[in-house]
Amino acid sequence: MEPHEEKPIIYTMENKPIVTSLYGSLTQQLPREPMEWRRTYGRAPKMIYLEANFVQFKEELLPKEGNKALLTFPFLHVYWTDCCDSEVYKASVKEDMQRWQAALRLHGSVDWIIAVVESDNKKKNKTNLLPRTSIVDKIRSDFCNKQSDRCVSLCEPLKESSRSQESWSSFLTKLRTLLLMSFTRNLGRFEDDMRTLREKRTEPGWSFCDYFMVQEELAFVFEMLQQFEDALVQYDELDALFTQYVLNFGAGDGANWLGSFCQPVRSWNGLLLRRPIDMEKRDLIQRGEASLLDLRSYLFSRQCTLLIFLQRPWEVTARALELLHNCVQELRLLEVCVREREFRHVCEACVNKKLKEALSSVEAFEKHYLELSHAAMEMYRAIGRLRSARLVGKSLAEFYMRKGDPQSAENFLLDSLKSYVSESWGLPLTHTRKQIAECQKRLQKMDEYLQTSALLASDTNLSDDERRHFCQEILTFATQTAEGKGQQKDARVALSMSSFTRLQELRFRPSSALVHVSAALQLELRLCSLMPVPVTLEQISASIHFTQEQPGSTAQKRAAQNPDGTVTFPAASPASGSASALELCEILEHSSSDNALSSAGVACRNMHLLMRRHDSSTSLDTPNTAPAVAMEDAAQMLRASDVTLLPGNNSIVFTAPSQKPGTYTLRQLCATLGRVQFILPHLYPVVQYEVYSQEPQLSIQPLTEHLLAGLPQQVKFTILTGHYSVKKGDALQLSNTDSMPVLHSSTCSARILSSSAELLAESALSIQSSEKVTSISLPVTPPYHTLEFLLEVLCHIPSCPARMESERLTNGQISRRSRTRFNSGMTLIDQKVSVDCPWSIYSTLVSLTFHVPFTIKHSLLSAGRRKFIQVCLRNVSDTNFRLTNQTLTENQHSPSLELCSLNTKTHSLVFRQQCVFSVWELRWSGVLPVSVHCEFSAAFAPADAPDAALKPYRYDFTLERVSTLYSVRAEIRPAEGEQQCCTGSLCRLEVSLTRLSEASDSDEEYSETDGLRSSRLLYEVMDNSSNWAVCGKSSGVVSMPVAAMATHKVHMEVMPLFAGHLLVPSIRVFKYQPRLTSPVIQPDTDSCLENDSLSLEDQAETASLRSRGSVQSLGSGESAQPRGPMPKRQAFGPGQVFSGTQGQQVLVLPAADLHLMEVNVT
Amino acid sequence: MAVCIAVIAKENCPLYIRSVPTQGELKFHYTVHTSLDVVEEKISGVGKALADQRELYLGLLYPTEDYKVYGYVTNSKVKFVIVVDSSNTSLRDNEIRSMFRKLHNSFTDVMCNPFYNPGDPIQSKAFDSIVSTMMVQAC
Repeated sequence: MEPHEEKPIIYTMENKPIVTSLYGSLTQQLPREPMEWRRTYGRAPKMIYLEANFVQFKEELLPKEGNKALLTFPFLHVYWTDCCDSEVYKASVKEDMQRWQAALRLHGSVDWIIAVVESDNKKKNKTNLLPRTSIVDKIRSDFCNKQSDRCVSLCEPLKESSRSQESWSSFLTKLRTLLLMSFTRNLGRFEDDMRTLREKRTEPGWSFCDYFMVQEELAFVFEMLQQFEDALVQYDELDALFTQYVLNFGAGDGANWLGSFCQPVRSWNGLLLRRPIDMEKRDLIQRGEASLLDLRSYLFSRQCTLLIFLQRPWEVTARALELLHNCVQELRLLEVCVREREFRHVCEACVNKKLKEALSSVEAFEKHYLELSHAAMEMYRAIGRLRSARLVGKSLAEFYMRKGDPQSAENFLLDSLKSYVSESWGLPLTHTRKQIAECQKRLQKMDEYLQTSALLASDTNLSDDERRHFCQEILTFATQTAEGKGQQKDARVALSMSSFTRLQELRFRPSSALVHVSAALQLELRLCSLMPVPVTLEQISASIHFTQEQPGSTAQKRAAQNPDGTVTFPAASPASGSASALELCEILEHSSSDNALSSAGVACRNMHLLMRRHDSSTSLDTPNTAPAVAMEDAAQMLRASDVTLLPGNNSIVFTAPSQKPGTYTLRQLCATLGRVQFILPHLYPVVQYEVYSQEPQLSIQPLTEHLLAGLPQQVKFTILTGHYSVKKGDALQLSNTDSMPVLHSSTCSARILSSSAELLAESALSIQSSEKVTSISLPVTPPYHTLEFLLEVLCHIPSCPARMESERLTNGQISRRSRTRFNSGMTLIDQKVSVDCPWSIYSTLVSLTFHVPFTIKHSLLSAGRRKFIQVCLRNVSDTNFRLTNQTLTENQHSPSLELCSLNTKTHSLVFRQQCVFSVWELRWSGVLPVSVHCEFSAAFAPADAPDAALKPYRYDFTLERVSTLYSVRAEIRPAEGEQQCCTGSLCRLEVSLTRLSEASDSDEEYSETDGLRSSRLLYEVMDNSSNWAVCGKSSGVVSMPVAAMATHKVHMEVMPLFAGHLLVPSIRVFKYQPRLTSPVIQPDTDSCLENDSLSLEDQAETASLRSRGSVQSLGSGESAQPRGPMPKRQAFGPGQVFSGTQGQQVLVLPAADLHLMEVNVT
Repeated sequence: MAVCIAVIAKENCPLYIRSVPTQGELKFHYTVHTSLDVVEEKISGVGKALADQRELYLGLLYPTEDYKVYGYVTNSKVKFVIVVDSSNTSLRDNEIRSMFRKLHNSFTDVMCNPFYNPGDPIQSKAFDSIVSTMMVQAC
């Protein structure tokens, strides 16, 4: 078909055939240039190319009154004339024009134009006649009284001259303009009429078909003008109008004219899109005899034609689908009965011929149906609509099942099941699975059928009856094969357990899941049966993997198990195994040697699941059934027989084997039901228990926080028997030491505890002591039990804290069995006990630490010649003690010495961290020995135990250089003539040194002059509080004769700096050893040591008493610097010098002149 | 009014699906499940070009003889599907849109519930009653 067949018609009238030759170029050139078409009703203006057919004017062809046909409507009338002679014009042409005009007026046509063609040859012939314009002017004045543009002159149109071109193109423009004006006017009028007609649609007798024809006429015109968009709009409006009527009909608002569309559908010829206009159907519509499908088909074919002109073929398919769905709806709404209806979208592509062929026979229909289904599936797959493809496949499977071909159906069903499984669509899943079960049953695939049945029996989407049915299928199979079918008897059917039960929890008893060899261990398995009826299982068993215990790995923690000994199995997540949570556990590794933590970490236990690749392909391809499950052979098993699983929660108790030490891991679970076995191939999380074997152990621990020395203390003996069983006659042998005897009493008893710390028995212990060994007979104790008993020991306090002793052991070794240490003010005694155990040939050495509860100090005090000894005892323990019988004795028992106690109390309490002081006066007659050895002794007992035996405490010490050699006195007097001492004025200080005894120390140095022995003393005024200013020398050397009561007085001047009662400055006295002349004769080494140790060259104050053993400057003094002529001073012992005026005060008045006053406010 | 309303998780498993009781529930499950094909197609088609200003409403997914299936995808790829009887032509696109918007608001409330575990089936009564207002009343 040629689309541009139809063109607007232009009627022409001429009186000379010469212009006919112009039509060719006119029809060609008219559509060359576009014109802007301004539209009414606000429609957007558009550029259109105008075409035209030129038709000879005949009056009878003009449209009659009331004829609405637009296609044949004369849009423009042209009157051609080449008349240039006014005479001729007047004679004939004018008349002819008038007749033409009259005819036009009669038909109400106002679109006309008169074209005057001029040619040069005519002009040449009649140059003398009227100017050529005059004809045109005449015509204008005659016909175009107002519209002068209705007459156009055309200048030699067939010539190529510029003048003729110009007039030609202006003529074309004029023609287009007028044609367009005519369109606008006539189409506008037509549309108005059409609208009026449409408004009348509620009136009775209005016919849609008539209206359809009218509006289609408009569409045709737009199509003719190549305004396909506008043409399509007309059809769409018709479509919408019709649809609305049908809908209103459905809602009960029926129009009479719709009755013709309600006739039953007897046939449908299908759609023909080949012809632009299906005239048969159009005629039917025109006659009002068209059926709904006829009208719809016609409308659609027209719309399609226009869409193809608009080059939008894709809309055709979209509208086709809509049409098909729409038709079904409308047929239903109009209650049209349809005999045969096969509107499947797969048929869309089907051409009429094929459909006919398909409907001709069943076989052919099948063939086509399969062909189309497969084509559709392939297409869906190609565009990635897998779900749709599988749905088609499923309906294909249903078809095969009805055909009795389950073989072909199975794969389609399994394929479509994948989507539902992977995306957990419950209902479709159940439905498809039911179909699969049916299919598998028909195929006699028993293994698969039973597996599917198990899944269905546990499917809550099914009714109870259905579930019971599928469960019964399994039970029937299981029992039936037990009898017959001998050849298949051994063949067992293994099914996945996940469809049968769901594991919930596993609980160990005892909860530690750690037992010793051959101890009882129970496992309680909680599971939820998914079956709808109770199922009695012949056996339920769990295979065990055994790993030999490896030394050093015993401390490994079973991470999956909770502290209460339960393992919780994760519930199967609904979202197809998207267990995305990290399962973390801590891992602690202990080193094998000392059980110390060697490494700690965190591990992810489901990494193999998380690290798996997630692609889109796998998401839809989750396998339906579990891979072939097989029961492993295992050496050891947990077994429970004749278990009835009720629907819902069940609990099964297993007794676990524990014959060998090692790790037992549960691997598989298997429930046996006749020939059917439900198998769980892997238990996850890992379930383990451990069986251990332990060496016997002995430990001795103090019962209190500290063991105190000197008092009976209780220690606890703990024996873990381990694998050793204590037999009758077994005994612990403790080697005795003198420093720590074992105190045993007859009431001593032992407790026997089980491994779970339950008290089983209590029995008396018999303890025998020989000289070397204490033997403790143990009661009979089974393995893996604990034996406990208490024993009292006493650790003697060594009398001299500084002395260490070694003792000879019973077995002849010389070893340091006890050691004394000093630690933060307390004296500690480490006591080692050697124990021989019956299970070992080696002795066990156990160390106990005792704390000495006291520290003790002594000091020598003097008052003139009298001497006092003070002993300070400090309780450093946390216990309060009673202290009695404090005595001080002199060891050498010198008859001349006497110690008189000045203590009033014989009993005293020493509270913790407190001191007790005791004082004795030392009296003597005759000469006092150089050194006095004393021993302090006391008895003590805990204060809160009044009947406890008193324990002795002793302290040895030695006093040296006890007797007083010198007495020093200092006296301050005001200056001569003054009554009182005043600040700022000099006072006199008189120091008198008196030798008290004639006897002398052995280390005193004398100088013999004139038979008179004298020793040299260094005195020094010390004023620590800076109250006094010493004028002149503050120190000096005096020579004292070695005679009793020899006195030396020294006078000095001092000045008080402050007023008030000031302390007299203290006077220090040293032995003075001048080194006058060099070379010095080296004294023997002993004396050198004595001398050097106390000599300091820098004259520094040697205030503190240094112990005699000090060897501080022995090396350095001699080697570091040459011994120069430096005098030396040496301090006296603490009791050798007595200061008589210590602490004496002198009143100092302020100076009389008080012009300066200092005020100290504190 | 809808005959079936479904909420489908990001992983394409159903979180909520409810249909009018008069018609087969299974059929709607199949219909909704198959419509995911079109939803995925539309998401992947649009996703890259206009990720920011993506329209959540996907429009008509596909019509069948009896039903029209509309889709909507949240930014977290949760899908809403509304199935409408195709005889119900009075329902306009805007009404479908507002149904989806209501559904989305109610779904957001469900997600805000601290006791709701994302990925679990929706059992909220409030959500259920919102859905009820959008469903065809069973007659």
